[in-house]
Amino acid sequence: MSLLQIKNLSVEFGNAANPFRAVEGLDLSVNQGEIVGIVGESGSGKSVTMMAMMGLLEGQGRIVADQLEFDGKNLLTISAKERRKIVGKDIAMIFQDPMTSLNPSYTVGYQIMEVLKVHQGLRGAELKARALELMELVEIPAPKSRLEAYPHQLSGGMSQRVMIAVALACNPKLLIADEPTTALDVTIQAQIMDLLVNLQKERNMALLMITHDLAVIAEVAHRVAVMYAGQVAEEGVVPQLFRQPVHPYTQALLSSIPEHSKGAHRLSTLPGIVPGQYDRPKGCLLSPRCPHVQPRCRDERPAITPHQHGAVRCFYPLFDKEAS
Amino acid sequence: MFSFILRRLGVLIPTFFGITLITFALIRMIPGDPIEVMVGERTLDPVMHAAAMKRLGLDQPLYVQYFDYVSKLFHGDLGASLKTQESVWNEFTTLFPATLELALCALVFATVFGLLAGVVAAIKRGSMFDHGVMGLSLTGFSMPIFVWGLLAVMFFSVFLGWTPVSGRIDLMFDVQPQTGFMLIDAWRAELLDPDINAGAFKDAVMHLILPTIVLGTIPLATIARMTRSSMLEVLREDYVRTARAKGLSPARVIFIHTLRNALIPVLTVIGLQVGTLMGGAVLTETIFSWPGIGKWLIEAIGRRDYPVVQNGILIVATLVILTNFVVDILYGIANPRIRHAK
Repeated sequence: MSLLQIKNLSVEFGNAANPFRAVEGLDLSVNQGEIVGIVGESGSGKSVTMMAMMGLLEGQGRIVADQLEFDGKNLLTISAKERRKIVGKDIAMIFQDPMTSLNPSYTVGYQIMEVLKVHQGLRGAELKARALELMELVEIPAPKSRLEAYPHQLSGGMSQRVMIAVALACNPKLLIADEPTTALDVTIQAQIMDLLVNLQKERNMALLMITHDLAVIAEVAHRVAVMYAGQVAEEGVVPQLFRQPVHPYTQALLSSIPEHSKGAHRLSTLPGIVPGQYDRPKGCLLSPRCPHVQPRCRDERPAITPHQHGAVRCFYPLFDKEAS
Repeated sequence: MFSFILRRLGVLIPTFFGITLITFALIRMIPGDPIEVMVGERTLDPVMHAAAMKRLGLDQPLYVQYFDYVSKLFHGDLGASLKTQESVWNEFTTLFPATLELALCALVFATVFGLLAGVVAAIKRGSMFDHGVMGLSLTGFSMPIFVWGLLAVMFFSVFLGWTPVSGRIDLMFDVQPQTGFMLIDAWRAELLDPDINAGAFKDAVMHLILPTIVLGTIPLATIARMTRSSMLEVLREDYVRTARAKGLSPARVIFIHTLRNALIPVLTVIGLQVGTLMGGAVLTETIFSWPGIGKWLIEAIGRRDYPVVQNGILIVATLVILTNFVVDILYGIANPRIRHAK
């Protein structure tokens, strides 16, 4: 059984009369020890999905799902108090901008020890020793003195290491990394990715990586879900999905990577933008931008259908074209 | 931290001189002089007038007077009241506890209820409570003290009869000023002489309630609004989301992770209220016949008592500056980014 099982998850914002579905009919499963990537443009619903699962939407969004289960516990019916026993302990999350994700008023040590105190009840010398151990785990130099440091005294890379230490404090079964390297320098990005992947292997935890960097996903993930306008457009195993994308959107996304356009004069792009709240098309959400659009696409919404290596939400997936 | 304190202290010196110059100039800009006010213009003999002015040193050119004033200040001489011949410092120290008692009560009232209202309004943003608090605080903030004070006296004291109209304590009690704080003195008096002074403490409290509320209203409104907006700002911060993602309880998220950061700007505002309180005390003390600094200064201005006005205001202003200095240091303690700044 999967560690995390999401079936038909929708998240709605706005009032009941005029709702906006930021996430619609999302299916996702993550197994223990697996790295799953979620890719998509800004506003495609990647982060909202995770926030909904963590209970971080603070009553702003309405969450509907057929199934939302983590480690055998139903996150839909669970009380807020029960959820807080899982969140931060068994499911941990790190965020995009480490410089603003740490509280400026408290030392790094305090912020690491806080989770240990709340979830594991550690106190005194044991607590301090464990915090130091975590600082060493995320390879922070001079860990002992850094425990006394305030976030503004750390670089972005160091801050993200601290965030990882906080997240790993209670040995989570699932770590969600929401664009963990986007705000960092390129050289630091690689270091942090290596650290994350090594820790994941070492501890056999599940890692859910949200990003818009396809190269990162191609390198580290076992499976990937491509999101578009709140829906999963295509889901599949790496590397098949990258070798043979079957959804037109995935294909367009891949061809927009500079490395894939060697020799071309211009980078391949998909004209138009992700439809917003008021301009969602009647048919397939990609239909206004899709290069392979057919009349049926404009009238009906495709459902996600499984195939050999994954699943795709398209009436005319690109199997044949690739084969021929 | 040490250099931070030194730098803040350095800023105080020019401020101090600015105040001496302004009070010196302002009181001399008001038409009339101490002798004229004392005698009345029509019966004033010009020769006698000139002689009296000369005796007070007021015939000298203004820059000589100012230089004389400042050099006396450096020798610690704050001068004496033209009316009572009592030294300004002595008069001030006698009257100040009354003002301090009132101002402290008002500040505590404003801070406690202001923070509470602001925090709850921010957490329950958009609720009836939020709108109610913000509407009331705007009203409170916009209401001049003399209007609000008189209305409060008319309603609560005259119409409902809940609180006394004026003064610090009923005349039937025999309370000796020991500390100058009526609450403490009345409490002591009640302990020492239970027969005569039974109920003195309660009476002192009743006298204090209405002036405290009237004086505390504007600071209360300011603190509530500032707390609310500061809380709302911090609640949107990434690190508050991190705190939630750590699975911390809502109370911990609010009080440890949000309020601590939201308080930093509020602290400055609370410090600035000390100035508002001193200014407001002048009006409040006049309305409630409260024998403090405010009433003393108003009367001194009325009789152009130059030494009292100049030095009384100087002492009050210095206190306000020093309080803000202390607040700046507290601000540094609350905010590690400032504490560690080079």
